[in-house]
Amino acid sequence: MKKLLCVGLSLLLVLSLFAGCEQKPETPTGTTVNKPANPVLRCSTTTSVNDSKLMAMLEPLFEAETGYDLQITSNGTGAAIKLGETGDADVILVHAKASEEEFIANGFGIKRIPFMFNFFVIVGPKDDPAGVKGSASAADALKKISEKGSKLVSRGDDSGTHKKELALWKAAGIEPKAETDKWYISAGKGMGDCLNMANESGAYVLTDKGTYLSMKANLENLEIVLNESDDMKNTYSLIACNPEKNAGLNTEGANAFIEWMTKKETLDKIAEFGISQYGEALFFVE
Amino acid sequence: MEAFREALRLVFSFDKELWQIIGVTMRMSLTSTTISCLLGIPLGVLFGSTNFRGKTMLMRVLHTLMGLPPVVAGLFVFLLLSRSGPLGSLRLLFTVEAMIIAQCVLITPIVAGLSSSIVGATAPALLEKAKGLHLSRKTILKLLLAENKITLISVVLTGFGRAISEVGAVSLVGGNIMFKTRVMTTAIMLETNKGNFEFAIALGILLLLIAFIINYAVSFFRKDGTVLR
Repeated sequence: MKKLLCVGLSLLLVLSLFAGCEQKPETPTGTTVNKPANPVLRCSTTTSVNDSKLMAMLEPLFEAETGYDLQITSNGTGAAIKLGETGDADVILVHAKASEEEFIANGFGIKRIPFMFNFFVIVGPKDDPAGVKGSASAADALKKISEKGSKLVSRGDDSGTHKKELALWKAAGIEPKAETDKWYISAGKGMGDCLNMANESGAYVLTDKGTYLSMKANLENLEIVLNESDDMKNTYSLIACNPEKNAGLNTEGANAFIEWMTKKETLDKIAEFGISQYGEALFFVE
Repeated sequence: MEAFREALRLVFSFDKELWQIIGVTMRMSLTSTTISCLLGIPLGVLFGSTNFRGKTMLMRVLHTLMGLPPVVAGLFVFLLLSRSGPLGSLRLLFTVEAMIIAQCVLITPIVAGLSSSIVGATAPALLEKAKGLHLSRKTILKLLLAENKITLISVVLTGFGRAISEVGAVSLVGGNIMFKTRVMTTAIMLETNKGNFEFAIALGILLLLIAFIINYAVSFFRKDGTVLR
Protein backbone atom coordinates (compact mmCIF):
# COMPACT_ATOMS: atom_id res chain seq x y z
CA MET A 1 0.00 0.00 0.00
CA LYS A 2 2.74 2.38 1.02
CA LYS A 3 4.77 1.49 -2.03
CA LEU A 4 1.82 2.22 -4.26
CA LEU A 5 1.37 5.60 -2.64
CA CYS A 6 5.05 6.34 -3.15
CA VAL A 7 4.91 5.49 -6.83
CA GLY A 8 1.74 7.52 -7.27
CA LEU A 9 3.22 10.55 -5.58
CA SER A 10 6.45 10.45 -7.55
CA LEU A 11 4.48 10.09 -10.77
CA LEU A 12 2.51 13.18 -9.79
CA LEU A 13 5.72 15.06 -9.12
CA VAL A 14 7.19 14.16 -12.48
CA LEU A 15 3.97 15.04 -14.29
CA SER A 16 3.86 18.41 -12.57
CA LEU A 17 7.15 19.24 -14.25
CA PHE A 18 5.36 19.28 -17.57
CA ALA A 19 2.40 21.27 -16.35
CA GLY A 20 3.86 24.60 -17.43
CA CYS A 21 5.03 23.44 -20.82
CA GLU A 22 1.87 23.53 -22.84
CA GLN A 23 1.73 25.53 -26.07
CA LYS A 24 0.85 29.19 -25.83
CA PRO A 25 -2.72 29.80 -26.92
CA GLU A 26 -3.14 31.44 -30.28
CA THR A 27 -3.98 35.09 -30.55
CA PRO A 28 -7.67 35.84 -30.13
CA THR A 29 -8.06 36.89 -33.75
CA GLY A 30 -6.54 33.63 -34.93
CA THR A 31 -3.89 35.37 -37.03
CA THR A 32 -0.34 34.27 -36.43
CA VAL A 33 2.04 37.02 -35.39
CA ASN A 34 5.65 37.08 -36.50
CA LYS A 35 7.55 36.43 -33.33
CA PRO A 36 10.29 39.04 -32.80
CA ALA A 37 13.89 37.82 -32.67
CA ASN A 38 14.20 38.80 -29.04
CA PRO A 39 10.71 38.37 -27.60
CA VAL A 40 11.35 38.93 -23.88
CA LEU A 41 10.69 42.54 -22.92
CA ARG A 42 11.22 43.67 -19.35
CA CYS A 43 9.18 46.62 -18.16
CA SER A 44 9.81 48.17 -14.77
CA THR A 45 6.88 50.14 -13.44
CA THR A 46 5.51 51.56 -10.23
CA THR A 47 3.13 49.99 -7.77
CA SER A 48 0.48 52.60 -8.49
CA VAL A 49 0.30 51.60 -12.17
CA ASN A 50 0.32 47.92 -11.37
CA ASP A 51 -2.14 48.05 -8.43
CA SER A 52 -4.70 49.82 -10.59
CA LYS A 53 -4.68 46.76 -12.92
CA LEU A 54 -4.21 48.91 -16.03
CA MET A 55 -1.26 46.83 -17.15
CA ALA A 56 -3.17 43.62 -16.53
CA MET A 57 -5.66 44.87 -19.13
CA LEU A 58 -3.04 46.09 -21.65
CA GLU A 59 -0.46 43.31 -21.40
CA PRO A 60 -2.38 40.52 -23.19
CA LEU A 61 -3.45 42.93 -25.96
CA PHE A 62 0.13 44.06 -26.54
CA GLU A 63 1.44 40.51 -26.50
CA ALA A 64 -1.20 39.27 -28.90
CA GLU A 65 -0.60 42.10 -31.38
CA THR A 66 3.19 42.11 -31.38
CA GLY A 67 4.28 38.66 -30.20
CA TYR A 68 6.43 40.04 -27.40
CA ASP A 69 6.51 38.45 -23.97
CA LEU A 70 6.08 41.43 -21.64
CA GLN A 71 7.45 40.88 -18.14
CA ILE A 72 6.33 43.54 -15.70
CA THR A 73 7.96 44.17 -12.34
CA SER A 74 6.46 46.76 -10.03
CA ASN A 75 8.27 48.68 -7.30
CA GLY A 76 8.27 52.20 -5.93
CA THR A 77 9.44 54.72 -8.53
CA GLY A 78 12.90 54.86 -6.89
CA ALA A 79 13.52 51.17 -7.43
CA ALA A 80 11.66 51.11 -10.74
CA ILE A 81 14.15 53.64 -12.09
CA LYS A 82 17.08 51.88 -10.44
CA LEU A 83 16.24 48.70 -12.36
CA GLY A 84 16.63 50.76 -15.51
CA GLU A 85 20.08 51.89 -14.34
CA THR A 86 21.30 48.40 -13.48
CA GLY A 87 20.24 47.00 -16.85
CA ASP A 88 17.43 44.89 -15.39
CA ALA A 89 14.72 46.60 -17.42
CA ASP A 90 14.38 47.50 -21.09
CA VAL A 91 11.75 50.15 -20.60
CA ILE A 92 10.41 51.99 -17.55
CA LEU A 93 6.96 53.43 -16.90
CA VAL A 94 7.13 55.87 -13.99
CA HIS A 95 5.75 59.12 -12.59
CA ALA A 96 8.37 61.36 -10.99
CA LYS A 97 9.48 64.07 -13.39
CA ALA A 98 12.59 65.24 -11.54
CA SER A 99 13.95 61.69 -11.11
CA GLU A 100 13.12 60.86 -14.73
CA GLU A 101 15.05 63.88 -15.98
CA GLU A 102 18.00 62.90 -13.82
CA PHE A 103 17.80 59.35 -15.22
CA ILE A 104 18.07 60.75 -18.74
CA ALA A 105 20.71 63.34 -17.82
CA ASN A 106 22.88 60.50 -16.49
CA GLY A 107 22.57 58.77 -19.84
CA PHE A 108 20.49 55.80 -18.70
CA GLY A 109 17.35 56.71 -20.62
CA ILE A 110 16.89 57.84 -24.20
CA LYS A 111 13.82 60.05 -24.12
CA ARG A 112 11.02 60.85 -21.70
CA ILE A 113 7.65 60.34 -23.31
CA PRO A 114 4.74 61.55 -21.15
CA PHE A 115 1.62 59.77 -22.35
CA MET A 116 -1.02 59.72 -19.65
CA PHE A 117 -1.90 61.41 -16.41
CA ASN A 118 -4.30 61.26 -13.54
CA PHE A 119 -4.70 63.08 -10.28
CA PHE A 120 -3.52 62.55 -6.79
CA VAL A 121 -6.26 62.78 -4.20
CA ILE A 122 -6.25 62.78 -0.42
CA VAL A 123 -8.43 60.10 1.11
CA GLY A 124 -9.24 59.91 4.77
CA PRO A 125 -11.71 58.80 7.44
CA LYS A 126 -15.34 59.50 6.56
CA ASP A 127 -15.86 61.81 9.57
CA ASP A 128 -12.88 63.93 8.38
CA PRO A 129 -11.44 64.76 11.85
CA ALA A 130 -9.07 67.43 10.49
CA GLY A 131 -11.75 69.15 8.42
CA VAL A 132 -9.89 68.72 5.15
CA LYS A 133 -12.97 68.81 2.94
CA GLY A 134 -13.26 72.07 1.04
CA SER A 135 -9.56 72.94 1.26
CA ALA A 136 -8.35 75.17 -1.56
CA SER A 137 -5.24 73.13 -2.28
CA ALA A 138 -3.48 69.94 -1.23
CA ALA A 139 -0.82 71.91 0.63
CA ASP A 140 -3.59 73.64 2.54
CA ALA A 141 -5.15 70.26 3.38
CA LEU A 142 -1.86 68.85 4.69
CA LYS A 143 -1.44 71.96 6.85
CA LYS A 144 -4.82 71.28 8.47
CA ILE A 145 -3.93 67.63 9.08
CA SER A 146 -0.64 68.50 10.75
CA GLU A 147 -2.19 71.24 12.87
CA LYS A 148 -4.87 68.84 14.10
CA GLY A 149 -2.30 66.07 14.54
CA SER A 150 -4.57 63.65 12.68
CA LYS A 151 -2.94 60.43 11.56
CA LEU A 152 -1.46 60.40 8.07
CA VAL A 153 0.12 57.42 6.34
CA SER A 154 3.13 58.35 4.23
CA ARG A 155 4.56 56.00 1.60
CA GLY A 156 8.06 56.77 2.89
CA ASP A 157 9.61 54.71 0.09
CA ASP A 158 11.02 57.27 -2.36
CA SER A 159 8.19 56.48 -4.76
CA GLY A 160 6.67 59.05 -7.10
CA THR A 161 3.74 59.43 -4.73
CA HIS A 162 6.10 59.89 -1.78
CA LYS A 163 8.06 62.51 -3.68
CA LYS A 164 4.81 64.30 -4.50
CA GLU A 165 3.86 64.26 -0.82
CA LEU A 166 7.22 65.72 0.18
CA ALA A 167 6.84 68.47 -2.42
CA LEU A 168 3.40 69.28 -1.01
CA TRP A 169 4.79 69.49 2.54
CA LYS A 170 7.43 71.84 1.26
CA ALA A 171 4.77 73.98 -0.37
CA ALA A 172 2.90 74.01 2.93
CA GLY A 173 6.06 75.10 4.77
CA ILE A 174 5.96 72.13 7.13
CA GLU A 175 8.49 69.36 7.63
CA PRO A 176 6.96 66.41 9.47
CA LYS A 177 9.37 64.20 11.40
CA ALA A 178 8.52 60.52 11.71
CA GLU A 179 10.53 60.23 14.89
CA THR A 180 8.74 62.85 16.97
CA ASP A 181 5.44 63.44 15.18
CA LYS A 182 3.39 60.46 16.31
CA TRP A 183 0.63 61.23 13.82
CA TYR A 184 3.00 60.90 10.87
CA ILE A 185 3.13 57.21 9.95
CA SER A 186 6.00 56.58 7.55
CA ALA A 187 5.10 53.12 6.27
CA GLY A 188 7.71 52.35 3.64
CA LYS A 189 5.23 50.30 1.63
CA GLY A 190 3.43 50.23 -1.69
CA MET A 191 0.28 52.20 -2.49
CA GLY A 192 -2.15 49.35 -1.90
CA ASP A 193 -0.60 48.49 1.47
CA CYS A 194 -0.69 52.12 2.58
CA LEU A 195 -4.37 52.44 1.65
CA ASN A 196 -5.13 49.32 3.68
CA MET A 197 -3.18 50.75 6.60
CA ALA A 198 -5.05 54.05 6.45
CA ASN A 199 -8.32 52.14 6.30
CA GLU A 200 -7.36 50.11 9.36
CA SER A 201 -5.95 52.93 11.47
CA GLY A 202 -8.31 55.75 10.52
CA ALA A 203 -5.66 57.84 8.81
CA TYR A 204 -5.37 60.19 5.86
CA VAL A 205 -3.22 59.21 2.89
CA LEU A 206 -2.14 60.79 -0.37
CA THR A 207 -2.85 58.43 -3.24
CA ASP A 208 -3.19 58.44 -6.98
CA LYS A 209 -6.86 58.31 -7.79
CA GLY A 210 -6.54 55.21 -9.95
CA THR A 211 -5.26 52.94 -7.21
CA TYR A 212 -7.83 54.27 -4.76
CA LEU A 213 -10.78 53.70 -7.10
CA SER A 214 -9.59 50.22 -7.99
CA MET A 215 -9.44 49.29 -4.28
CA LYS A 216 -12.36 51.34 -3.05
CA ALA A 217 -14.63 48.35 -2.49
CA ASN A 218 -12.35 47.08 0.29
CA LEU A 219 -11.71 50.46 1.91
CA GLU A 220 -14.99 50.90 3.72
CA ASN A 221 -13.66 53.43 6.27
CA LEU A 222 -12.22 55.83 3.72
CA GLU A 223 -13.48 58.37 1.22
CA ILE A 224 -11.96 61.11 -0.94
CA VAL A 225 -11.64 64.26 1.17
CA LEU A 226 -9.74 66.32 -1.40
CA ASN A 227 -10.39 65.79 -5.10
CA GLU A 228 -8.36 66.94 -8.10
CA SER A 229 -6.97 70.27 -6.99
CA ASP A 230 -4.53 72.12 -9.28
CA ASP A 231 -1.37 71.05 -7.45
CA MET A 232 -2.23 67.36 -7.77
CA LYS A 233 -1.62 66.42 -11.41
CA ASN A 234 0.31 63.15 -11.81
CA THR A 235 2.01 62.52 -15.15
CA TYR A 236 3.20 59.09 -16.27
CA SER A 237 6.01 58.67 -18.78
CA LEU A 238 7.65 55.90 -20.74
CA ILE A 239 11.43 55.84 -21.10
CA ALA A 240 13.40 53.35 -23.18
CA CYS A 241 16.65 52.42 -21.47
CA ASN A 242 19.89 53.35 -23.20
CA PRO A 243 21.66 50.29 -24.70
CA GLU A 244 24.97 52.14 -24.57
CA LYS A 245 24.93 51.98 -20.77
CA ASN A 246 24.03 48.32 -20.38
CA ALA A 247 24.63 45.40 -22.70
CA GLY A 248 21.86 43.04 -23.72
CA LEU A 249 18.94 45.42 -23.58
CA ASN A 250 15.97 44.77 -25.79
CA THR A 251 15.82 48.24 -27.32
CA GLU A 252 13.83 47.09 -30.32
CA GLY A 253 11.19 45.70 -27.96
CA ALA A 254 11.24 48.84 -25.84
CA ASN A 255 10.58 51.00 -28.90
CA ALA A 256 7.84 48.66 -30.09
CA PHE A 257 6.21 48.89 -26.66
CA ILE A 258 6.41 52.69 -26.57
CA GLU A 259 5.03 52.91 -30.09
CA TRP A 260 2.18 50.56 -29.18
CA MET A 261 1.39 52.36 -25.93
CA THR A 262 1.25 55.80 -27.56
CA LYS A 263 -0.81 54.90 -30.63
CA LYS A 264 -4.35 56.16 -30.76
CA GLU A 265 -6.12 52.82 -30.26
CA THR A 266 -4.20 52.11 -27.07
CA LEU A 267 -4.65 55.63 -25.71
CA ASP A 268 -8.37 55.29 -26.31
CA LYS A 269 -8.38 52.06 -24.32
CA ILE A 270 -6.45 53.73 -21.48
CA ALA A 271 -8.91 56.63 -21.45
CA GLU A 272 -11.81 54.19 -21.24
CA PHE A 273 -10.20 52.01 -18.60
CA GLY A 274 -12.25 51.85 -15.42
CA ILE A 275 -15.33 53.71 -16.68
CA SER A 276 -17.51 50.63 -16.81
CA GLN A 277 -16.26 49.37 -13.46
CA TYR A 278 -15.86 52.52 -11.35
CA GLY A 279 -18.06 55.00 -13.19
CA GLU A 280 -15.11 57.20 -14.08
CA ALA A 281 -11.79 56.96 -15.90
CA LEU A 282 -8.68 56.20 -13.86
CA PHE A 283 -6.26 57.73 -16.37
CA PHE A 284 -6.44 60.54 -18.90
CA VAL A 285 -4.37 60.79 -22.07
CA GLU A 286 -2.50 63.83 -23.34
CA MET B 1 33.04 44.97 -1.19
CA GLU B 2 31.25 48.28 -1.42
CA ALA B 3 28.48 46.74 0.66
CA PHE B 4 30.90 45.65 3.40
CA ARG B 5 32.31 49.14 3.62
CA GLU B 6 28.79 50.53 3.76
CA ALA B 7 27.93 48.07 6.54
CA LEU B 8 30.94 49.14 8.58
CA ARG B 9 30.19 52.78 7.96
CA LEU B 10 26.61 52.16 9.10
CA VAL B 11 27.64 50.52 12.35
CA PHE B 12 30.10 53.22 13.26
CA SER B 13 27.90 56.09 12.21
CA PHE B 14 25.64 55.27 15.20
CA ASP B 15 22.70 56.40 13.13
CA LYS B 16 19.73 56.91 15.42
CA GLU B 17 17.26 55.26 13.07
CA LEU B 18 19.48 52.21 12.61
CA TRP B 19 19.85 51.62 16.34
CA GLN B 20 16.15 52.05 16.79
CA ILE B 21 15.56 49.41 14.10
CA ILE B 22 18.04 47.03 15.74
CA GLY B 23 16.35 47.66 19.09
CA VAL B 24 12.88 46.79 17.78
CA THR B 25 14.30 43.74 15.97
CA MET B 26 15.90 42.39 19.15
CA ARG B 27 12.90 43.16 21.32
CA MET B 28 10.58 41.44 18.89
CA SER B 29 12.64 38.35 18.14
CA LEU B 30 13.81 37.74 21.71
CA THR B 31 10.30 38.13 23.13
CA SER B 32 8.67 35.92 20.53
CA THR B 33 11.38 33.26 20.86
CA THR B 34 11.00 33.26 24.66
CA ILE B 35 7.21 32.95 24.54
CA SER B 36 7.36 30.29 21.81
CA CYS B 37 9.87 28.25 23.80
CA LEU B 38 7.93 28.58 27.04
CA LEU B 39 4.90 27.20 25.20
CA GLY B 40 6.59 24.91 22.70
CA ILE B 41 9.21 23.04 24.72
CA PRO B 42 6.83 21.80 27.45
CA LEU B 43 4.39 20.76 24.75
CA GLY B 44 7.17 19.03 22.84
CA VAL B 45 8.39 17.22 25.97
CA LEU B 46 4.84 16.13 26.73
CA PHE B 47 4.21 14.84 23.21
CA GLY B 48 7.63 13.21 23.04
CA SER B 49 7.49 11.34 26.32
CA THR B 50 3.88 10.25 26.59
CA ASN B 51 1.39 8.32 24.52
CA PHE B 52 -2.26 9.12 24.30
CA ARG B 53 -5.18 8.65 21.98
CA GLY B 54 -5.06 10.84 18.88
CA LYS B 55 -1.39 11.63 19.30
CA THR B 56 -0.50 10.55 15.75
CA MET B 57 -3.12 12.89 14.32
CA LEU B 58 -2.00 15.72 16.57
CA MET B 59 1.62 15.24 15.52
CA ARG B 60 0.59 15.34 11.87
CA VAL B 61 -1.16 18.65 12.44
CA LEU B 62 1.84 19.96 14.35
CA HIS B 63 4.24 18.97 11.62
CA THR B 64 2.05 20.63 9.03
CA LEU B 65 2.01 23.82 11.09
CA MET B 66 5.81 23.73 11.19
CA GLY B 67 5.67 24.54 7.50
CA LEU B 68 3.09 27.31 7.91
CA PRO B 69 3.92 30.05 5.40
CA PRO B 70 4.73 33.27 7.30
CA VAL B 71 2.35 35.29 5.15
CA VAL B 72 -0.50 32.99 6.15
CA ALA B 73 0.37 33.36 9.85
CA GLY B 74 0.54 37.11 9.29
CA LEU B 75 -2.77 37.21 7.46
CA PHE B 76 -4.43 35.19 10.22
CA VAL B 77 -3.20 37.60 12.91
CA PHE B 78 -4.03 40.59 10.68
CA LEU B 79 -7.66 39.48 10.32
CA LEU B 80 -7.81 38.76 14.05
CA LEU B 81 -6.54 42.21 15.02
CA SER B 82 -8.12 44.18 12.18
CA ARG B 83 -10.65 46.83 13.09
CA SER B 84 -13.40 44.62 11.78
CA GLY B 85 -11.84 41.50 13.35
CA PRO B 86 -12.77 39.83 16.65
CA LEU B 87 -9.92 41.49 18.59
CA GLY B 88 -10.08 44.80 16.73
CA SER B 89 -11.01 46.75 19.85
CA LEU B 90 -7.58 46.02 21.34
CA ARG B 91 -6.06 48.33 18.71
CA LEU B 92 -3.01 46.10 18.42
CA LEU B 93 -2.62 46.15 14.64
CA PHE B 94 0.59 47.85 13.45
CA THR B 95 2.32 47.51 16.82
CA VAL B 96 5.33 45.49 17.93
CA GLU B 97 2.97 43.37 20.06
CA ALA B 98 1.09 42.31 16.92
CA MET B 99 4.38 41.27 15.33
CA ILE B 100 5.25 39.21 18.41
CA ILE B 101 1.87 37.48 18.30
CA ALA B 102 2.31 36.60 14.62
CA GLN B 103 5.78 35.25 15.24
CA CYS B 104 4.56 33.10 18.15
CA VAL B 105 1.91 31.59 15.86
CA LEU B 106 4.73 30.81 13.46
CA ILE B 107 7.46 29.61 15.82
CA THR B 108 5.65 27.71 18.58
CA PRO B 109 4.78 24.76 16.29
CA ILE B 110 8.39 24.62 15.11
CA VAL B 111 9.75 24.54 18.65
CA ALA B 112 7.11 22.04 19.78
CA GLY B 113 7.57 19.77 16.78
CA LEU B 114 11.36 19.72 16.92
CA SER B 115 11.56 19.20 20.67
CA SER B 116 9.00 16.39 20.59
CA SER B 117 11.09 14.58 17.97
CA ILE B 118 14.21 15.05 20.08
CA VAL B 119 12.63 13.96 23.34
CA GLY B 120 10.77 11.17 21.59
CA ALA B 121 14.05 9.64 20.46
CA THR B 122 15.49 9.28 23.95
CA ALA B 123 12.39 9.03 26.13
CA PRO B 124 11.51 5.29 25.78
CA ALA B 125 14.90 4.03 26.96
CA LEU B 126 15.03 6.53 29.77
CA LEU B 127 11.49 5.79 30.91
CA GLU B 128 12.30 2.09 30.98
CA LYS B 129 15.31 2.71 33.19
CA ALA B 130 13.37 5.09 35.43
CA LYS B 131 10.67 2.47 35.92
CA GLY B 132 13.25 0.02 37.22
CA LEU B 133 14.76 2.57 39.55
CA HIS B 134 11.40 3.87 40.77
CA LEU B 135 12.34 7.47 40.04
CA SER B 136 9.88 10.27 40.69
CA ARG B 137 8.22 12.11 37.79
CA LYS B 138 10.17 15.23 38.62
CA THR B 139 13.50 13.40 38.43
CA ILE B 140 12.51 11.80 35.12
CA LEU B 141 11.68 15.19 33.68
CA LYS B 142 14.99 16.59 34.90
CA LEU B 143 16.87 13.68 33.36
CA LEU B 144 15.01 14.07 30.07
CA LEU B 145 15.89 17.75 29.86
CA ALA B 146 19.49 17.20 30.95
CA GLU B 147 20.02 14.46 28.40
CA ASN B 148 18.64 16.54 25.53
CA LYS B 149 20.04 19.84 26.69
CA ILE B 150 22.30 20.51 23.75
CA THR B 151 19.80 19.63 21.06
CA LEU B 152 17.08 21.63 22.83
CA ILE B 153 19.34 24.68 22.78
CA SER B 154 19.61 24.18 19.04
CA VAL B 155 15.83 24.21 18.90
CA VAL B 156 15.77 27.55 20.72
CA LEU B 157 18.32 28.90 18.26
CA THR B 158 16.30 27.61 15.33
CA GLY B 159 13.29 29.47 16.71
CA PHE B 160 15.31 32.61 17.16
CA GLY B 161 16.73 32.31 13.65
CA ARG B 162 13.24 32.10 12.27
CA ALA B 163 12.12 35.09 14.33
CA ILE B 164 14.92 37.44 13.38
CA SER B 165 14.91 36.55 9.69
CA GLU B 166 11.17 36.54 9.08
CA VAL B 167 9.68 39.27 6.90
CA GLY B 168 6.28 38.32 5.47
CA ALA B 169 4.27 38.16 8.66
CA VAL B 170 5.87 41.10 10.47
CA SER B 171 5.53 43.34 7.44
CA LEU B 172 1.83 42.54 7.22
CA VAL B 173 0.87 43.01 10.87
CA GLY B 174 3.55 45.52 11.83
CA GLY B 175 3.22 47.75 8.80
CA ASN B 176 6.94 48.59 8.61
CA ILE B 177 6.33 51.96 10.31
CA MET B 178 9.44 54.10 10.68
CA PHE B 179 10.53 54.58 14.31
CA LYS B 180 7.84 52.20 15.46
CA THR B 181 7.55 48.77 13.86
CA ARG B 182 10.37 48.78 11.32
CA VAL B 183 12.75 45.85 11.82
CA MET B 184 15.91 44.75 10.00
CA THR B 185 14.13 42.53 7.47
CA THR B 186 11.40 45.02 6.55
CA ALA B 187 14.02 47.77 6.36
CA ILE B 188 16.00 45.62 3.94
CA MET B 189 12.88 45.08 1.87
CA LEU B 190 12.16 48.81 1.83
CA GLU B 191 15.70 49.80 0.83
CA THR B 192 15.59 47.19 -1.93
CA ASN B 193 12.31 48.66 -3.14
CA LYS B 194 13.86 52.10 -3.08
CA GLY B 195 16.72 50.84 -5.21
CA ASN B 196 19.34 51.37 -2.46
CA PHE B 197 20.86 47.95 -3.06
CA GLU B 198 24.17 48.68 -1.27
CA PHE B 199 22.44 49.97 1.81
CA ALA B 200 20.09 46.97 1.76
CA ILE B 201 22.91 44.44 1.57
CA ALA B 202 24.77 46.34 4.31
CA LEU B 203 21.71 45.90 6.53
CA GLY B 204 21.71 42.22 5.59
CA ILE B 205 25.33 41.84 6.64
CA LEU B 206 24.53 43.56 9.93
CA LEU B 207 21.62 41.18 10.50
CA LEU B 208 23.88 38.18 9.93
CA LEU B 209 26.45 39.64 12.33
CA ILE B 210 23.87 40.00 15.08
CA ALA B 211 22.70 36.44 14.52
CA PHE B 212 26.30 35.25 14.63
CA ILE B 213 27.02 37.05 17.90
CA ILE B 214 23.98 35.46 19.50
CA ASN B 215 24.91 32.00 18.28
CA TYR B 216 28.43 32.54 19.55
CA ALA B 217 27.18 33.60 22.97
CA VAL B 218 24.97 30.52 23.19
CA SER B 219 27.82 28.20 22.24
CA PHE B 220 29.59 29.29 25.44
CA PHE B 221 26.61 28.08 27.46
CA ARG B 222 26.75 24.77 25.67
CA LYS B 223 30.34 24.11 26.61
CA ASP B 224 30.11 24.62 30.33
CA GLY B 225 26.54 23.36 30.39
CA THR B 226 25.05 25.86 32.80
CA VAL B 227 21.89 26.28 30.85
CA LEU B 228 18.65 24.44 31.58
CA ARG B 229 19.68 23.08 34.94
